[in-house]
Amino acid sequence: MTGLDDFPLWAAILVSLLLLLGSGLTLLGTIGLVQFKSFYERVHAPTLGTTCGAGGVLIASILFFSVLQSRLALHEVLITVFVTVTTPVTLMLLGRAAIYRDRIEGKDGMPEFDSGEPPSDGSSAAGG
Amino acid sequence: MSATILLWSVTLSQWMLVAAMGCAAFRVVRGPRAQDRVLGLDALYVAAMLLILTFGIRTGSTIYFEAALVIALLAFVSTAALAKFLMRGEVIE
Amino acid sequence: MRRVLPYPLLTASLLLMWLLLNKFSLGHLLLGAVIAYGASWAMTALQPAKPRIRRWDLIPRLFFRVLGDIFRSNLAVATIILKGKRRQRTPGFIVIPLQLRDPTGLAVLACILTATPGTAWIEYHADNGRLMIHVLDLVDEQAWIDLIRDRYARMLSEIFE
Repeated sequence: MTGLDDFPLWAAILVSLLLLLGSGLTLLGTIGLVQFKSFYERVHAPTLGTTCGAGGVLIASILFFSVLQSRLALHEVLITVFVTVTTPVTLMLLGRAAIYRDRIEGKDGMPEFDSGEPPSDGSSAAGG
Repeated sequence: MSATILLWSVTLSQWMLVAAMGCAAFRVVRGPRAQDRVLGLDALYVAAMLLILTFGIRTGSTIYFEAALVIALLAFVSTAALAKFLMRGEVIE
Repeated sequence: MRRVLPYPLLTASLLLMWLLLNKFSLGHLLLGAVIAYGASWAMTALQPAKPRIRRWDLIPRLFFRVLGDIFRSNLAVATIILKGKRRQRTPGFIVIPLQLRDPTGLAVLACILTATPGTAWIEYHADNGRLMIHVLDLVDEQAWIDLIRDRYARMLSEIFE
């Protein structure tokens, strides 16, 4: 952290706030991962880290390098796009795998999800 | 002044991310089932990627960006492969 | 046009990605254009289903709506975690009958629901259009069903169908 003496104060404060927000939300997400009781509750916890957590740290990084090099440093956008696109895919796969395994083992409390009936159209007919 | 602010906030957020990695590692070790471990591994990867990015801010060098990108790629591929394995018992069908 | 450049959006985004990874210069612009062009031709061998977007003007509105919802539900889930065991929560599954049938629209809906903390996509049956999601704080089942239908599914079917 040398050579930062002419780094503007407003940017330093903004970068710090974004960093603390992002890492704090990531930490809260993983605390939820420890705290929640069942797997299906735990699926919700890491999304805190991958949406606002990663977003805060990445925007902080973009801002820091843009001010430091006094040109727009946008390559962190790639990681942002990549993380936001891939996380839902992996969590969806995990959720499907979990419910498949729970059904195979005949665990209690798993909802029935019959595939035979047509959907009960009531108010939904107008929605399409 | 601004260097002090940045140093303190980067240090603090690095400690928070290390704690996050610890919590995720706890879930990987404790389980109780395989899908919980995979979920913990995914969170561990994300926290590690963010930690690498804060190292980039600390040193002021962009060389860490590539490492973070590779970690993000590995996180996606490994979690997807493991979830697929849990579903079918095979990675490639 | 279609025969020369089979996937214009894919080619443009690959070129943009190349220029973001490397520093901008004329050489990288040419090299990236050649690589993106080749990759888009390689994509034709896979023959992916082409999504047809009918309403381009709705996409920015959807984007900002999702961004706001992600931020708000981040705060909601963060308070749930902070309050810990002191507050009673009832997590649960909901089954939602959906009218949306377009595969791209369903994929986008899945990404939106999973990326928002508090809701997770679990299962979808294509033959009867039923979707099962898991909700972290389930207070009113019908309110969630209406929310997902009115806020996202209707807009997605306007965009894609």
